[in-house]
Amino acid sequence: MAMTMVEKILAKATGQSSVKAGDVLEPKVDLAMSHENAALVLNQFKEIYAGTGHEATVWDPSKIAIIFDHRVPAESSKTATNQKKVRDFVAKQGIAKFHDIRGDQGGICHQILPENGYVRPGCVVVGTDSHTTSHGALGAFSFGIGATEMASVWTLGTVLNVEVPGSIKVVVHGELSQYVLPKDLILYLIGRISAEGANFKVIEFHGPVIRSMSTSGRLVLCNMSVEAGATGGVVPPDGETVRYLREEAGVKDALDIFGPDEDAVYDQVVEIDASSLEPQIACPHTVDNVKPIGEVAGLKIDQVVIGSCTNGRLDDIAVVAEMLSGKKVASGTRMLVFPASSRIYLEALEKGYVAEIMKAGAVMMNSGCGPCLGVHQGALADGDVALTTTNRNFKGRMGNPNSGVYLCSPAVAAASAVTGVITDPRKGAK
Amino acid sequence: MGKVVLKLGDDISTDIIYPGRYMATVLPTETPQYAFADYADFNAKVKQKEFPAQSVILAGKNFGCGSSREQAASCLKGPDFVIVARDFARIFLQNSINLGLRTVICPGIDASEGDELEVTADTVINKTSGRAFATVALPKARQAIVDAGGLIPYTRKRLGEKHGSAA
Ligand code: SF4
Repeated sequence: MAMTMVEKILAKATGQSSVKAGDVLEPKVDLAMSHENAALVLNQFKEIYAGTGHEATVWDPSKIAIIFDHRVPAESSKTATNQKKVRDFVAKQGIAKFHDIRGDQGGICHQILPENGYVRPGCVVVGTDSHTTSHGALGAFSFGIGATEMASVWTLGTVLNVEVPGSIKVVVHGELSQYVLPKDLILYLIGRISAEGANFKVIEFHGPVIRSMSTSGRLVLCNMSVEAGATGGVVPPDGETVRYLREEAGVKDALDIFGPDEDAVYDQVVEIDASSLEPQIACPHTVDNVKPIGEVAGLKIDQVVIGSCTNGRLDDIAVVAEMLSGKKVASGTRMLVFPASSRIYLEALEKGYVAEIMKAGAVMMNSGCGPCLGVHQGALADGDVALTTTNRNFKGRMGNPNSGVYLCSPAVAAASAVTGVITDPRKGAK
Repeated sequence: MGKVVLKLGDDISTDIIYPGRYMATVLPTETPQYAFADYADFNAKVKQKEFPAQSVILAGKNFGCGSSREQAASCLKGPDFVIVARDFARIFLQNSINLGLRTVICPGIDASEGDELEVTADTVINKTSGRAFATVALPKARQAIVDAGGLIPYTRKRLGEKHGSAA
């Protein structure tokens, strides 16, 4: 039977020749990722073993990854204590894919996994983070789960009772114009199908725009698929996937490169013409409240944030450095830049981007989630307007329910930082 | 039978149910104090344990969208709320099932704060208005976890099978 990407991946993970949407399976997990919330996973994991007489031992330490990113360096003694518990557990269980708070190999989980080659095409990846959808950019079926479900995975090495999701095929034709970026494309899609338009489904990305897009851009699309409610996003792997894994992630072993069957069955097909796409802004307080930039241009902004697992990669920082070069962040506007990983930060230093950004008046911050989830760093005042390249603008997301968060691409964020108001990056572009 | 103690709109995110700034608190026994922390009046009543078990939180579409944080489910499980919504976001629904938080999918529900609701096998009856609304059953795969009393006992049983003995 013809299969979609996710059906093929789940057939392989359960050793069957074919599966179809709606089947209930127990797929083997290739990678199980957690961040600080491993502290809760740990608690639930011990709970599963309580009274069984067996020693609580993870099924396969080589398939577990733990990355500290949400609150680094720790913002409170409580977080520090949780991190310590996890650190002790990691040492005891022999978990090697552990990224502590470090300036050489730390960063946000959804950047650490791809850049270290932890994810391959055809893998089943689960993570205790909703943006685990990101890794579909490398042709994996990658989805978010809760802490108790992760404790179950640590115990058994499988995910119990997974219903094979149906898929939505998104075909992107044409070509993105200058300063119109993958972020604009995904914001437009979310606005079009709504914040629950893909609930319980996988978004499979196709078309010439996707084929010519870098892995970095594909990560943006899959990352934000969850903002349309999707279980996962997936890009069928191709030459670019192989290039990224070999050249940027140092992967040497054989790769399984495959696509969906031509006559696979989709729940819905969405066609997009990228050539007419404009920069998009998601306005408070839902990610699907998306408007073309013309409708919000001129709005005064108090804080600009560049970073997160969505847009904190080298190409994002390059756009920002280019647009800030020789200019100044408007007075009255604060600008914070968080590279998604230490490796990206180092590359940005070597390329001179960091100097350009700092000279313009932006503040460089350590790699991590930073202000994205409103825990520490860059909190907003009552009435503040933030313009950010992150992925969520829910009420209170950046720590203050009396502020407004607008989502945009790095090009829009940088152009707006200079003027102090939401600005179309195509105006006055070189 | 439970009274609607909070009525919400569509797209209530996990940032509203359990704000990110309390994420360092993880234990299910400790999370209820931060349930709907930015809704000061409601939160104060949760803290004072003013709501009887099975009180109803009523919501629109896509309840629990956003983060995978399990605190959003555990903070409502503690006071033993029942969540009746038009529909739920996937991870929140799964977390609720895993922890045993009662969630009822009721696409046509119409009720006001203060109304008394009765949840039966396939309907929600609004005792105050006298109207009944059909519910959507959980898929079998999820119901099996509910029937086992949550994912921890469900997994423990499987662990026992793996070790070839009753756990
Ligand atoms: S950067 Fe933001 S969205 Fe991404 S993992 Fe961190 S908190 Fe979540």
